[in-house]
Amino acid sequence: MSAKVAVQRYALVGAWIAVIILFSILRPDTFATTANVQNILGSQAVLLVLTLGLMLPLTTGDFDLSIASVLSLSAMVLALLNGENGWPLLPAIAAALAAGLAVGLFNGACVVLLGLDSFIVTLGSGTFVAGVVTWISDSRTVTGMSPQLSEWVINNRLFGVSLVFYYGLALAIVLWYVLTFTALGRRLLFVGRGRSVARLSGLRVGPLRWSALAGSGLIAALAGVLYAGSTGGADPTSGASFLLPAFAAAYLGATAVTPGRFNAWGAFIAVYFLVTGITGLQLLGVDSFVQQLFYGGALILAVALSQIVRRRAAGREAVAA
Amino acid sequence: MTPELHTTSAAPSGAAGAAAPVISLRHLSKRFGGAAALDDVALTIEHGEVHGLLGENGSGKSTLIKVLAGYHVPEPGAELEVNGQPVRLPLAPNRFRELGLAFVHQDLGLIGDLTVLENLRVGDLSSSRSLHIRWSRERRAARETFARYGFDLDPSALVNELPETDRALLAIVRAVEEMRAALAHDQRGLLVLDEPTVFLPREGVQRLFALVRDVVARDASVLFVSHDLDEVREITDRVTVLRDGRVHATVATREATEAQLVEMIIGRSLAAHHHTAPERPAGEVTLAVRNLGGRTVHDVDFEAHRGEILGLTGIIGSGFDEVPYLLFGARPCQVGELQVGGRSHPLPLMTPRAALKARMALIPADRQVDGSVGTLSVTDNAMLQVLDRYRPAALRLRRLRADTHDLLERFDVRPRDPQADYESLSGGNQQKVLLAKWLQTRPEVLLLHEPTQGVDIGAREQIFNLLRSEADRGTTIVVASSDHEQLAALCDRVLVFGRGRVARELTGGDVTKSRIAEQALNSSAGTASITTEEPEV
Repeated sequence: MSAKVAVQRYALVGAWIAVIILFSILRPDTFATTANVQNILGSQAVLLVLTLGLMLPLTTGDFDLSIASVLSLSAMVLALLNGENGWPLLPAIAAALAAGLAVGLFNGACVVLLGLDSFIVTLGSGTFVAGVVTWISDSRTVTGMSPQLSEWVINNRLFGVSLVFYYGLALAIVLWYVLTFTALGRRLLFVGRGRSVARLSGLRVGPLRWSALAGSGLIAALAGVLYAGSTGGADPTSGASFLLPAFAAAYLGATAVTPGRFNAWGAFIAVYFLVTGITGLQLLGVDSFVQQLFYGGALILAVALSQIVRRRAAGREAVAA
Repeated sequence: MTPELHTTSAAPSGAAGAAAPVISLRHLSKRFGGAAALDDVALTIEHGEVHGLLGENGSGKSTLIKVLAGYHVPEPGAELEVNGQPVRLPLAPNRFRELGLAFVHQDLGLIGDLTVLENLRVGDLSSSRSLHIRWSRERRAARETFARYGFDLDPSALVNELPETDRALLAIVRAVEEMRAALAHDQRGLLVLDEPTVFLPREGVQRLFALVRDVVARDASVLFVSHDLDEVREITDRVTVLRDGRVHATVATREATEAQLVEMIIGRSLAAHHHTAPERPAGEVTLAVRNLGGRTVHDVDFEAHRGEILGLTGIIGSGFDEVPYLLFGARPCQVGELQVGGRSHPLPLMTPRAALKARMALIPADRQVDGSVGTLSVTDNAMLQVLDRYRPAALRLRRLRADTHDLLERFDVRPRDPQADYESLSGGNQQKVLLAKWLQTRPEVLLLHEPTQGVDIGAREQIFNLLRSEADRGTTIVVASSDHEQLAALCDRVLVFGRGRVARELTGGDVTKSRIAEQALNSSAGTASITTEEPEV
């Protein structure tokens, strides 16, 4: 029984290790190198941050499909203000974060005050925001940002890994702590799993859902700032490619560590499992479309796995009855 | 209530005659791991009988039914005959359909967003190869079907919008129709009703029974699984009582008294059945409701006292079941005022948060939706209200679990596993967890709606005792229930609702099952002018 649970908890870790071993054997010279490890850890921290933010509304039972557009918006606002209009870095970052928070608050208002479905609202607001980004940028890639940001995000390294990785790690620790060790985390969970129970237990269901959506907006904007720092600028479209990987990682992460719950360490492992797989495939010389195959396949696989886990739990009950 | 005299033995009644039993099951055993869920069980269901299946949770009832549905594989050696023909076990999934078996479970298996007609015909439509469904003809046929069973349902109505009783009737009609389609004219099927009445109001139960009698007269025998002894005694011809996976007895229903049945089921007699409401000295008024108006109720005034258990009842549509939710702010309230804890609350503005602050607690009837999150642990569910006691910003998880364990001990929840998923517990244990959840917040007013629905008889008694000792401690308890027996066993005073108002107040020696039932029926008859008994001011 407990062995079974352990298998379930750490199956993803096992899969990750298996992928690492496989590619290390296939490409010992390029894959199994310190530089590659450092590259993998650093390059996809933006995805990790975005995924962690997405976990908040998923925990309270809402979708946020606007996160990728918010990422683009935040990167673009930062690049325009700092790169083109000469704002100092910190106020420009603050403005970028505020833009993301505003989108999150708007999503929350529609969902909580008007009672709209979050899937539709964020699909709409995401598309709207993507339009705004194209508009304010004139469909251009904007550069010329202060090199200071790139120093903070990507150029400065600790143990050879870009600082951005540690920002993602720190956020994972914060979310892990909040969701596991605080009453707030339990309340978010109850709001997501049983709206009616939460309401009758006196939880502030509306404000909690609203804060979760605002939180994912803010964190998506943070991911945008880190993305701008990583690339040294902003372009209006590339942020969109983060949406599916973030969902894939969040759902895949929910099958690990604390199976059945969106959890920070599961998301962390899932992000790096996916990235490791893709990096390995690229080093094998596979075409770049494989990335889409991999992410799309992983999302469906993750949802399928969690369904199987649930069904097995239901089967156990039937036996116990 | 005088028992009729019968000279027949415990053998099946004469109607069965020469025809072979619909179901004859022998030597049925089923083990899970080392534990025997069923041990050499024999069950015979005669032609034209309603056969009751009784037993506490865990006695093997559901395992038995799941063997018939082909869900469980029994141990070798079991024998099954259907209509006299030997059938090989285990049954392949869906084989039961061909044999003329049909199951209606508590959840009814209807699709709420679809229409009555779509639900009725879902089996046929899904296998039909026709490219064009002639809906008008289907609708006409559905109407004729319902008319044959003596009721009137709009085939175009959405199932979600039907009253619960109509939903149950629809599920049964669908099962019987599918069964008839599978059988030849001279063959009889078996309709298994697995606690179909749990969520039904009393009046709905009567309509369901009328339908069952109709089905038995024409098409099938019925296996009726229920916790409600009154219902079992009313509808069944014989009952089989399971205890610990074995058949304890099979008897003709009319030859067993309720007390005997209880003893057969649990192996001890229950004190509750001899309980008479003690006259308690009325404490101070802790709860006063003025001019309450909701969806059904209007102009409702009443008071409740410290340490009192007050019952609210009535027939379906009388509105009594709305009251706990209105007082707690869980449903929108039109008008009214609530005085509790020395403060006055306008009820249209009431929220659950405000109710909690006023030291009220609500245990709703629908445990799965309103009471708990089944996929979370017992600890998560039981401790939600008291998380702030465990350093909310840095929860002491170990202490939380240890305290949950103590709580499970104190409320006798089995198993005593704080980590278990809430939904893995039986109904009675689930309800005990909810009592633990709310009672540890020390409410001054505890509101309950159907507190022992789907709860087995042993746990029911424990829940009664918990509530009594809570009242002795000074808590005011308001129980809304259509279970008159439960109210008689529990309450000091009962308010009977009729047509949205308090029609009768029963106190002291009048708090008996038959008085409550009689008053509930009277209060809705509406012929006599009803004098509302104003509560003493």
